[in-house]
Amino acid sequence: MSWGRRSVIGVPYLWLTLFFFVPFVIVFKISFSEMDYAIPPYTNLLTWADEQLTLSLNFGNYTYLFTDDLYIRAYLSSIRIAGIATIICLLVAYPIAYVIARAPAATRNALLMLVILPSWTSFLIRIYAWVGILKNNGLINNFLMWLGIIDQPIAMLNTEFAVYVGIVYAYLPFMVLPLYTNLMKLDNSLLEAAADLGAPPWKVFMSVTLPLSKAGMIAGSMLVFIPSVGEFIIPDMLGGAETLMIGKVLWQEFFNNRDWPVASAVAIVMLLLLLLPISLFHRYQTRELES
Amino acid sequence: MLSKKLTTSLTSLALATGLISGAVNAQEELNLYNWSDYIAEDTIANFEAETGIKVTYDVFDSNDVLEAKLLSGNSGYDLVVPSSSFLGRQIKAGVFQTLDKSKLSNYSHLDSELMGRLTTVDPDNAHSIPYLWGTTGIGYNPAMVAVVLGDDAPLDSWDMLFKEENISKLASCGVSLLDASDEVLPVVLNYLDLDPNSLNHDDYKGPVADLMKAVRPHVTKFHSSNYINELANGDICFAVGWSGDILMAGDRAAEADNGVAVEYVIPKEGAPMWFDMLAIPADAANVDNAHKFLNYLLRPEVIAEITDYVWYANANASASAIIDADILAHPGIYPSEEAKANLFTFEVMPPKVTRTMNRVWTDIRSSN
Repeated sequence: MSWGRRSVIGVPYLWLTLFFFVPFVIVFKISFSEMDYAIPPYTNLLTWADEQLTLSLNFGNYTYLFTDDLYIRAYLSSIRIAGIATIICLLVAYPIAYVIARAPAATRNALLMLVILPSWTSFLIRIYAWVGILKNNGLINNFLMWLGIIDQPIAMLNTEFAVYVGIVYAYLPFMVLPLYTNLMKLDNSLLEAAADLGAPPWKVFMSVTLPLSKAGMIAGSMLVFIPSVGEFIIPDMLGGAETLMIGKVLWQEFFNNRDWPVASAVAIVMLLLLLLPISLFHRYQTRELES
Repeated sequence: MLSKKLTTSLTSLALATGLISGAVNAQEELNLYNWSDYIAEDTIANFEAETGIKVTYDVFDSNDVLEAKLLSGNSGYDLVVPSSSFLGRQIKAGVFQTLDKSKLSNYSHLDSELMGRLTTVDPDNAHSIPYLWGTTGIGYNPAMVAVVLGDDAPLDSWDMLFKEENISKLASCGVSLLDASDEVLPVVLNYLDLDPNSLNHDDYKGPVADLMKAVRPHVTKFHSSNYINELANGDICFAVGWSGDILMAGDRAAEADNGVAVEYVIPKEGAPMWFDMLAIPADAANVDNAHKFLNYLLRPEVIAEITDYVWYANANASASAIIDADILAHPGIYPSEEAKANLFTFEVMPPKVTRTMNRVWTDIRSSN
């Protein structure tokens, strides 16, 4: 391998090592230590005493996660919320991506910009804006009351509904873009052939367009699902107290209980749970690249 | 002639840039980490103008967040404001350095009786001085509460929160609780005539959880800072929160002239009383400047202005003469001796009890 080629490949590896592997090892290490009231607030795995080097691994943090159903409930509830949000995202994003891909080249770029443009504002501010829109005397309720459709505000903020709104809103571009790229590559002659053979438009869509855009749907779903599972800001700002998500449980272990070892164990288990969809995605991607 | 002029201007330019860069290099800094909405508007600006020290001011809204930063080491802050119960164990963990009292010429203004009481958390007052103190009680919107509860509501009692017949009606106009197990659970224990600093796990899992789960369906939001604006905007009508925050909400509503009024009450059954303490982390970079700021805060006129602005009592005996008479007379800010006898303070909890409290709290929050 030439030096240039090696360095080009090396950059992503270096990035992964620095920002994924090293933090992972640190968190993994802490998950086997014990809580302590000191700086930092956990014990060392290696201790040197009486000319003996002792390695003490505490598996208690992991077994602890199974003694209390809180963690399992939080994992399941996170997966449920992320899953439903991903499906809504897919249903909303598909028509958008379809229209953009079918639009004339000149309007296409403008439409794409409209999808990406909101991301130029800070994520936090965009989520905070939803507080103003959804709250009891916020935009939607005031408007509906002004129209006379309702006379009591509908409680939308601090509910699971608001969490779905937040996740779908924030992650929609991640669903639209892969779908759009995929639909752009769609060979028009296949659609024409189906039409020529007598298929009505809905059938062309169902049996040609939809199956051929599977790769885009999977890529988009992964990009939405994986970050949604560990989402903390959206449920914290828009969700109610009963919205149980693993990101919040992790926060509580870390900040309220000051138990960094258990918090690390929660994070490691969450990573393992996410590894399954990530590896599925990776396998699918490699297969796509090969074909 | 021209060239001479040019040389002079160039020299002066060089001198000027030299001076500026010199000034930048010598710029003194101070990094403060304080509770949100917890200082007067011009306290920092006046200090900067007087000393030339550049202050970076960051805020937090829970002791837990502050403690996580302190225990990670290298927090980057030169002066922080933990509550006394947290400060006690943080001192034991070696988080803070001892104060150099020779640099605090205004130290004598501090209320000696109060300082004596604080030696239980900080022996000899070696590491900290009190900033402000307050209570955790009830804030309400009188007009909105009168609409749902009528005119004979038990406004001076925790019955407002813990009696189903009251809280279920208040729910319709909005109820907010502090999202802090270590503030709310002691209140519940105290209401149930149990030790507010109970070490008995079953107290939390049993009676406290049962009572709170009955209250829970009527709580709109658990949050430790949003309720100021929510009370001031009339978004909620009832909040369990910190005294000064609630009074400040009333002040903001009055300023906005939006027709909202907010009252604060220390319920007759008793309420938590806490002290927020100023302390310098052991690894602080600007120790001298931190002392200068401490000494500045110890000036009666400076701390009096803060109390006038944030509606929290201070521990400066000489400041009482300068504080706004209305604030000094306000029972929610400077409670009477009689009311004070009913107040309780928080003790440092062992980690196992803290975990049980937080676990019960999570259960309460997520039950509905």
